[in-house]
Amino acid sequence: MPSTQRITVTVNGVRYERSVEPRLLLSDFLRHELSLTGTHVGCEHGICGACTVLLDGLATRSCLCLAVQADRASIETVESLGRPDALHPVQQAFWEKHGLQCGFCTPGMLMCAVELLRANPNPDRDAIVEAIGGNLCRCTGYQNIIAAVERAAELQHAMAEAA
Amino acid sequence: MKPAPFEYERAADLASALSALARYGSEARVLAGGQSLIPMLNLRLASAERLIDVGRLDELRYIRVDGDEVHIGALTTHNAVLQSPEVAQHCPIMVEAYRLVSHHSVRNRGTIGGSLCHNDPASEMPLVANLVGATLIARSASGERAIAADKFFKGNFETALHPNELLVEIRVPIPPKGHGWSFQEVSQRKGDFALVAAGAVLALDGGVCRHVRLGFRNVGATTFRLPAVEARIEGQPPGAALFAAAAEAAMTAVDPPSDLHADEAYRRDLVKVLAERVLATAAARARQ
Repeated sequence: MPSTQRITVTVNGVRYERSVEPRLLLSDFLRHELSLTGTHVGCEHGICGACTVLLDGLATRSCLCLAVQADRASIETVESLGRPDALHPVQQAFWEKHGLQCGFCTPGMLMCAVELLRANPNPDRDAIVEAIGGNLCRCTGYQNIIAAVERAAELQHAMAEAA
Repeated sequence: MKPAPFEYERAADLASALSALARYGSEARVLAGGQSLIPMLNLRLASAERLIDVGRLDELRYIRVDGDEVHIGALTTHNAVLQSPEVAQHCPIMVEAYRLVSHHSVRNRGTIGGSLCHNDPASEMPLVANLVGATLIARSASGERAIAADKFFKGNFETALHPNELLVEIRVPIPPKGHGWSFQEVSQRKGDFALVAAGAVLALDGGVCRHVRLGFRNVGATTFRLPAVEARIEGQPPGAALFAAAAEAAMTAVDPPSDLHADEAYRRDLVKVLAERVLATAAARARQ
């Protein structure tokens, strides 16, 4: 029986110490160990992007990462973005622009958008398409998702100016 | 869609990675970015008794210009290579190819060394390595060896690395000033594996093509460059008729597979079309 490994992972600013089997995927660690079910599992082999989180600030498919690889890393999931009464600008924009229907792909889309806007607060359409291009959506046809990311950039500018 | 159980160790440094490989050899697989290995483990298309995680070997993440070569550490991520000013200046075909490799988030984790060692028949970097004449540096607990790209890739998912070896560095010769290049592929969607990928590198000297390299991917397990077709172009002035004839020759020189995504006839057609495009673009860039 393979031995478990002790890992320390910071998720959404909270530090967790757990013992895990090496084969436990980061997506399952987040959902089952930490009960953070906002990260969705679509294909489990890295082609749909629904499981995307930020690992040390970089968009990462959590089904393609072992929990043990995240030892000492800092993870941000969709749960870090906001609350129903205080939406993150990206969430607000997706709501305004109807950038989701069933919501299954949405956490992955949101985390890709967050990474993009941190690196590039003024993305053009091509940059947005490149950032979300690896994420599948079966509902929307993508146009409203692109519009939502454009709107999110506007909202973040407005917030920065107001501050 | 979960991996079968395996033992796992994370190497703290290169020396411990090499001694782990010396000890476990072919019982172990190396885990770098995991973007190719983990999907295969999840689908149980591959198995491992033990994973040796080299992902924290920061000593193997670098891009440096060293004399007339660019040296890239094997654990440099795809995005780090794609975004590197040194690579853009000295190996632009690699940057052009990298724009076609998978998706942004996969490129955040995946490494150039991992892709080369995995050698998926439809992956881009092994073809680039052949086109630029790269040398792969393999290290083991007992020493180091340099393997030319045309000797490194053995067959689908197979390389010349011994079970106790780790790829540590990729050395790319800096091409002469004024060389032209092009890398293009056809895939069902951007970011998918190529149905066929093609690349060309050449220089123009006294109005004729020199140092011509032309290669394809996903046209046969061990096919990369087509030396016989290159020889038709070498020493000739560039032009549409020459490139069309070369493309015809390329089409008949390959033995492409038929699969779910494309049959042999379609792949041959893609070889012909892409050959003309990459040669024309490389020649146009060489003139600039």
